[in-house]
Amino acid sequence: MEAKKLNVKEKYRLLTRDLDWEFSYEDRKEAFPYEEFEGIKITDWSKWEDPFRLTMDAYWKYQAEKEKKLYAIYDAFAQNNGHLNVSDARYVNALKIFLTAISPAEYAAHNGFAFTGRQLGGIGARIAAQMQSIDELRHIQTQIHAMSHYNKHFEGFDEFSHMHDRVWYLSVPKSFFDDARSSGPFEYIVAISFAFEYVLTNLLFVPFMSGAAYNGDMATVTFGFSAQSDEARHMTLGLEIIKFLLEQHEDNVPIVQKWIDKWLWRGYRLLSVVAMMMDYMLPQKFMSWKEAWELYFEDAGGALFRDLERYGIKMPACAELIAKEKDHLSHQTWWTFYTFGHAAAFHTWTPSAEEMDWLSEKYPDSFDKWYRPRFEMAAELAEKGERFYSEGLPQLCQTCQIPMFYTECGDDRPDDTCYRSTHYQGERFHFCSDHCKDIFEDEPEKYVHAWLPVHQIFQGNCGGADLADVMKYYKLNDGAVNADYMGSSDEQRWKALKGIA
Amino acid sequence: MAVKALQEGYHGEFKDSAEKFGGAIVVYIGWDKHLWFCSPKAFPLDPNMPFGAVVENVLPAGFGAHPQFAEIDWDKVEWSLNQQPFTPDMEKSLAEQGFDHKCLLRMKTPGLDGLHGASI
Repeated sequence: MEAKKLNVKEKYRLLTRDLDWEFSYEDRKEAFPYEEFEGIKITDWSKWEDPFRLTMDAYWKYQAEKEKKLYAIYDAFAQNNGHLNVSDARYVNALKIFLTAISPAEYAAHNGFAFTGRQLGGIGARIAAQMQSIDELRHIQTQIHAMSHYNKHFEGFDEFSHMHDRVWYLSVPKSFFDDARSSGPFEYIVAISFAFEYVLTNLLFVPFMSGAAYNGDMATVTFGFSAQSDEARHMTLGLEIIKFLLEQHEDNVPIVQKWIDKWLWRGYRLLSVVAMMMDYMLPQKFMSWKEAWELYFEDAGGALFRDLERYGIKMPACAELIAKEKDHLSHQTWWTFYTFGHAAAFHTWTPSAEEMDWLSEKYPDSFDKWYRPRFEMAAELAEKGERFYSEGLPQLCQTCQIPMFYTECGDDRPDDTCYRSTHYQGERFHFCSDHCKDIFEDEPEKYVHAWLPVHQIFQGNCGGADLADVMKYYKLNDGAVNADYMGSSDEQRWKALKGIA
Repeated sequence: MAVKALQEGYHGEFKDSAEKFGGAIVVYIGWDKHLWFCSPKAFPLDPNMPFGAVVENVLPAGFGAHPQFAEIDWDKVEWSLNQQPFTPDMEKSLAEQGFDHKCLLRMKTPGLDGLHGASI
């Protein structure tokens, strides 16, 4: 009898669901030891609907074709000196943040999805997580290649991996993923697939890729297009995991709600750097942070949470505070990096007169009142040759690890620093916000362990007590990668390349 | 609430407990309404130093770059320690006046409320 050719549906079933097996002589609980401790109850894994509808063999074929095209464009970009087409060399600093802060996070995500891809009990969920794990690994590789061309012409790219594990502000994305990866598989996948990839991705991915498009960076734009189909799959996985967990058991609802509350806030705090990139670092701006938050979170996310209400899920309480902070976030973040710019691995600057007018227009309720006078004062000092850098080290939040620069926006007092603290086993801990404090108080056993860069310097674990020693420990080449853009070697090189006097 | 962990009794190491700072205590200092300094700052200080030394050495290093710093009348500063009103004795040591590890010292300078009506 002639072998029957499989139809697509059958082939799909055999190459996904049929990869699982029954545990006839081993205890299933021992095979999946992480599945129960978080309190999540799964009654029937077969109810999982595969979000990708993709088999492994098709995945490899499709991605290989995509990658071949991507690398052909990278080659063309390098041969044609594509870096000369960016709007201005200040733009390149956004890429330095991407490579030092975001790309290593892709690697951490790869690691986390490899873990969930092993530990989730359902075969459909395991295969989805495995594919995403490979996606994230491809993303860090393709990002490194996209930026390697810039590394030939600009400072601050070469030690991104070393820096990610050490530099003070990079502990923010690093600790974010450490927090997620040291959770159980269900919290991890809710944190990253739902809160980050589904709810917040348009506030991370779109700003960098649109920023690249508006500023003539074809290498990064091409990466963005290539990754787009992956991101779409990741978002689908995020929505599927939430619906699946909520439909499996009503006891899952409060646990999932707690994770959504926590990870929306953790993700939002991480996006502070994106807000500042959009409003201050792009020479050609495409949208303000405030507009992006309104479009992608308040409108799109609002509809999502209305949809989730039928499961008993509520809009996280932190959304109210975030809405109030949107007039202040980018300005306060850039001011922090501007004043600690002597210790950052990218350049900072004061906005030009035209840029300040753009900020006034986009932030009519806050910029002229609170931030314009500050930046004008800084610009005047810089003009006189007295560029301001803040001495010493900032106090950090125990949870998000960001310097405590956030103010009492929730209380309409944007000029009062937000101080929160709690006691735990005889020690005092400090926070930037009620939400970071709540996260700590829910799991103090975990967050007492935070590697806070400022305290690590004081303990003598970062090369020495002087800034120069710490910079060496960071492999942050003092005088080349840091400080103001004006007068930097990047600026000089750019002017020489473009023939500007 | 407590962390849910694989093993009962999981507890992370206290990364910043007092004994890890070589005898120093970490003191956070913030100057209200002076957002020229983006955030409060952290200082590892000897708990046996007199408060006067903080005013003389630590504050100028951390906050002296502000144009209003030189105008401060130190008799009129309103201090708080760990969010409680606090009247320092310049001669007594930090430890004697209740400064402990990871404490928060805030200063308000009435009449000097930052620049340009923007709390700079």
